[in-house]
Amino acid sequence: MTATVGRHAQAAARANDVWKVYGTGEAQVAALRGVSAEFERGRFTAIMGPSGSGKSTLMHCLAGLDSVSRGTVQIGDTTVTGLGDSGLTKLRRDKVGFIFQQFNLLPTLTAQENILLPMSIAGRKPDPAWYDTVIDTVGLRDRLGHRPSQLSGGQQQRVACARALVARPEVIFADEPTGNLDSRSGAEVLNFLRNSVREHGQTIVMVTHDPTAAAYADRVVFLADGQIVSELIEPTADTVLDTMKKLDTPVEVAG
Amino acid sequence: MLRATLKSLLARKVRLLLSGLAVVLGVMFVSGAFVLTDTLGRSFDAVFADAYEGIDVNVAGKPKVALGEMQGEQVAATVPAATVQRVREVAGVAEATGVVNTDGAQLIGGNGKVVTSFGPPQLGANWRGESDLVKLREGREPRADDEIVVNAALAQAGKVKVGDRVGVLTPLTPKQTFTLVGIFGYSGDRDSIGGVNEIAFTTPVAQRLLLGERDVFTNVTVRAAPGVGDATLRDDVARTLGDGFEVKTGAQLSADASASLKEGLSFFNKILLGFAAVALLVGTFLILNTFSIIVAQRTRELALMRAIGASGRQIIGSVVLEAVAIGLIASVLGLGAGIGIGALLAYVFGNLAGGLTLAGIGVPASAVIGSFAVGLLITVVAALLPALRAARIPPIAAMQDVANPDRPLTRVTVTGGVITGIGAVLLFLGLSGNAGDNALPVILGGVLFAFIGVALLTPLISRPVVSLLGAVFAWSVPGKLGRLNSGRNPRRTAITAAALMVGIALVTGVTVILDSAKGSIGALAQDTIKAELVISGASTGPRPASFDPAVLTKVAALPGVQMADGEYGDMGMVDGKVTWLAASSDVTALQRIFGAKTTAGDISRLGPDQMLFSSDSARSRNISVGSTVTVQASRGEPRTYTVSGIYESSELTSPVQLPPQAVKDFAIPKPNQGFIQLAPGTRVADVQPQVEALLADSPEVSVADRDAFIEQQTGSLDSLLTMIQILLALAIVIAVLGIVNTLALSVLERTRELGLLRAIGLRRAQTMRMITVEAVVISVFGALLGIVVGVGLGAAVVRALKDDGITDLILPWGQMGLFLLLAAVIGVVAAVLPAVRAARINVLGAIAHD
Repeated sequence: MTATVGRHAQAAARANDVWKVYGTGEAQVAALRGVSAEFERGRFTAIMGPSGSGKSTLMHCLAGLDSVSRGTVQIGDTTVTGLGDSGLTKLRRDKVGFIFQQFNLLPTLTAQENILLPMSIAGRKPDPAWYDTVIDTVGLRDRLGHRPSQLSGGQQQRVACARALVARPEVIFADEPTGNLDSRSGAEVLNFLRNSVREHGQTIVMVTHDPTAAAYADRVVFLADGQIVSELIEPTADTVLDTMKKLDTPVEVAG
Repeated sequence: MLRATLKSLLARKVRLLLSGLAVVLGVMFVSGAFVLTDTLGRSFDAVFADAYEGIDVNVAGKPKVALGEMQGEQVAATVPAATVQRVREVAGVAEATGVVNTDGAQLIGGNGKVVTSFGPPQLGANWRGESDLVKLREGREPRADDEIVVNAALAQAGKVKVGDRVGVLTPLTPKQTFTLVGIFGYSGDRDSIGGVNEIAFTTPVAQRLLLGERDVFTNVTVRAAPGVGDATLRDDVARTLGDGFEVKTGAQLSADASASLKEGLSFFNKILLGFAAVALLVGTFLILNTFSIIVAQRTRELALMRAIGASGRQIIGSVVLEAVAIGLIASVLGLGAGIGIGALLAYVFGNLAGGLTLAGIGVPASAVIGSFAVGLLITVVAALLPALRAARIPPIAAMQDVANPDRPLTRVTVTGGVITGIGAVLLFLGLSGNAGDNALPVILGGVLFAFIGVALLTPLISRPVVSLLGAVFAWSVPGKLGRLNSGRNPRRTAITAAALMVGIALVTGVTVILDSAKGSIGALAQDTIKAELVISGASTGPRPASFDPAVLTKVAALPGVQMADGEYGDMGMVDGKVTWLAASSDVTALQRIFGAKTTAGDISRLGPDQMLFSSDSARSRNISVGSTVTVQASRGEPRTYTVSGIYESSELTSPVQLPPQAVKDFAIPKPNQGFIQLAPGTRVADVQPQVEALLADSPEVSVADRDAFIEQQTGSLDSLLTMIQILLALAIVIAVLGIVNTLALSVLERTRELGLLRAIGLRRAQTMRMITVEAVVISVFGALLGIVVGVGLGAAVVRALKDDGITDLILPWGQMGLFLLLAAVIGVVAAVLPAVRAARINVLGAIAHD
């Protein structure tokens, strides 16, 4: 099945018949089997699926962190497949932002320095107005001088969100962003992500296994056994949970 | 990016400082060497400028045998009194003074012992009256033949005062007794100039005792008339005198003297720099390892950088930048420490040299440039490999725990094999003499390549050896865990052990070479020298110790003495080539005492116009029995000899043997060593005290039995060995730092695992034991490698020196065992801090730790 919703809007990221195969010979494992998907600009998409369904692999391939065995990946008008190291570096600087489950802040830098790190790595100055907007949105203005160790988990993740947003990338990939947070902090972060999509037109692709988290998205794509098996538009926690339950009973899916 | 790098550097300052310490020590040697030689050099400049201040032009005879700096003391030809008169008549000369001035006049102090100087000359001179430089402090000038004056420092050192009867030795004469009639000092209230001691006689006595001729001088000093330039006057004097004289201005003289001294200092400099190189080589291993571990620990952080847009080049840049920062800090600290060490050594040296007035401590540009160049270069080069590895970390490592796959060791092993091979080839070329003049650099290059090659092979070797070594400790659970941990990261274990290997290998290699040399020479002497008693002494200055030849006649007359031979030597020229000349008072000694065998002609007798050649030097000069050769000794006129015999070369024979009549022209016409053969059945203990009594007036030498003599002769090798071992100990200390560093970082890396072990019941003491076992296994492995490599290097050198008389390969088993024991102790010591740290890990915190 191919996710085809929103053909009218230009896709921020697109996968065309992506295969990802690990190992060779007997030990060969296919993590992705011919996945095709589009992720429209200005929308919040969640990728769900049981453990080992290939959801993280799909995200890594989309973000250019991992190579694909077959098929192509595009971000905006750039074809990611086949890019060399410098091309990938440029892609990460210009078009892609990341939010990680483990926050991944540099412990030695203050919150502000962490937020500005991608800009300073690329040797750019942030747009001051946008920077102010981001800081106010994440609500960290009084915490900018603190080190990560002086911040709570939720605050750290909001710093990481600000870091991803400040460069205004084409698309932000979030890998289980609430996986390490309590439910209240998690809700804060998810609200914040949804707002950045609604108010600022940011594109976000989030991998999660939490139906509540997925319910914050505009659309949910379900993966099982390396293939897209279902999708939901305007999901709620209940509809997501239902779909997940259905996935647990193996369904023959037409490719 | 810059800020992120510097901040992460600050966060890890302690462990980086630890590895930086290795660079600090290396740089300290470099800058210390330059500061020391610069300070001493300028101090000596001042001394010479001062000593030659009153001289506008100096006239000296050309030496009959021109020698290089390392070949020995050059003896200048004398200047006849008539020449002084001729100089005086040259227009523009205000004053010309004939000077007698030679090194080697020794005062016998109040306690009957020779006053030694440890380096600076001990001058004998003619008293030329007071001058701007020289002032009598007490007493009066010498007037009679048995009167002398000495400088104040010498009077103090010898504890003699005006009116005392004192003994004096000169190179040409045995002990003579004089009355001390005066004590003089130098301008500026100095007791000595640069530690030099001086004994002044009346002019005729000085000529007879010091030059062995009447009416001759060593040199003529000239004062120019007002308005006459030094250089002009020099040229005028040289023109008047013609060939055969060396005419120089006072400034030239001072420059020459200080240049030749600085050549000696530069040798010293090179030795210190050599040790700096060793320290830095070990430091390189240490820094390489620290950076590798830090990069491994920061994998996630570096991957994050890559994920948010850093390029590979930026990652390399950030690691190299850290290295530059550490290199800079280490260079500054090392430079500072080096200035301190250099100043301290200069002070010690100045005191040893009898109160050399030190010029201010200077920091030459070479010290600063050398320190920073070496410090920065070493750190950056060492960090380069880890930096490249850091750049290869995939960004995806930020999201998942990328298991660090055990990379295969094939590549590193092949590279190591190739580099070891290159090292072996270089060593072979250098040692086999195929490299010609470049032998030393080729050998050093070979050693360096061998070290690096073996270090690269170490990971492969480490697996079986470490597991074998660890088996010793495997009886307890902590021991077993420690053993497994040390085999866990073969590269890391290997580099840490390799750092220790370098120091131990060098010490072992040097010990093997020196022990073999000592053993071979000792065995040879034991087998061939047929003398029960030997008279000899340690030299206290540039000239060897010598004694009164009259003693030999008296010894020969003692009951039970079969033969008493005196050995003489001089650096002279044979057919224009500088050669060591030897002569025996008893020509039969060559066969009867040194066991020489005849190759051609007759070597049992020697007429006054005949001489003998060794087979080697006869072959190289194409000489056979019946050839005639011209010999020029240090003094006197050249003489022609007929070759009457050729003897087989051995370690104990000299290239040529002259008849006893030739020794009067030697720089020191007194024997340096005496060999006494006793009649069968005579007890050594009966004769030795009688010979001792006869030597009462020759305080420079003493008599010993053969074993004691051989021990004395090879004893200098022992002190050389001790000195080298002390300096190389530094390299071992740096390696210990390396082990501490590796363990500390490993403990940090395994916080979680250690927490888990503690949670399931490992006690604190067991944790500490586990870390200690790991350290001991690594250090014993390093020492084992070092011993094997060291024995290999030493054996190669010994083999190459087979033709030079080092025939026996002697392995210092005891010392090698000691090194292994020492390595175990080093391991225990190095483990203390990391073990305490591991034991203190908070169990809960470690497990909850992310």
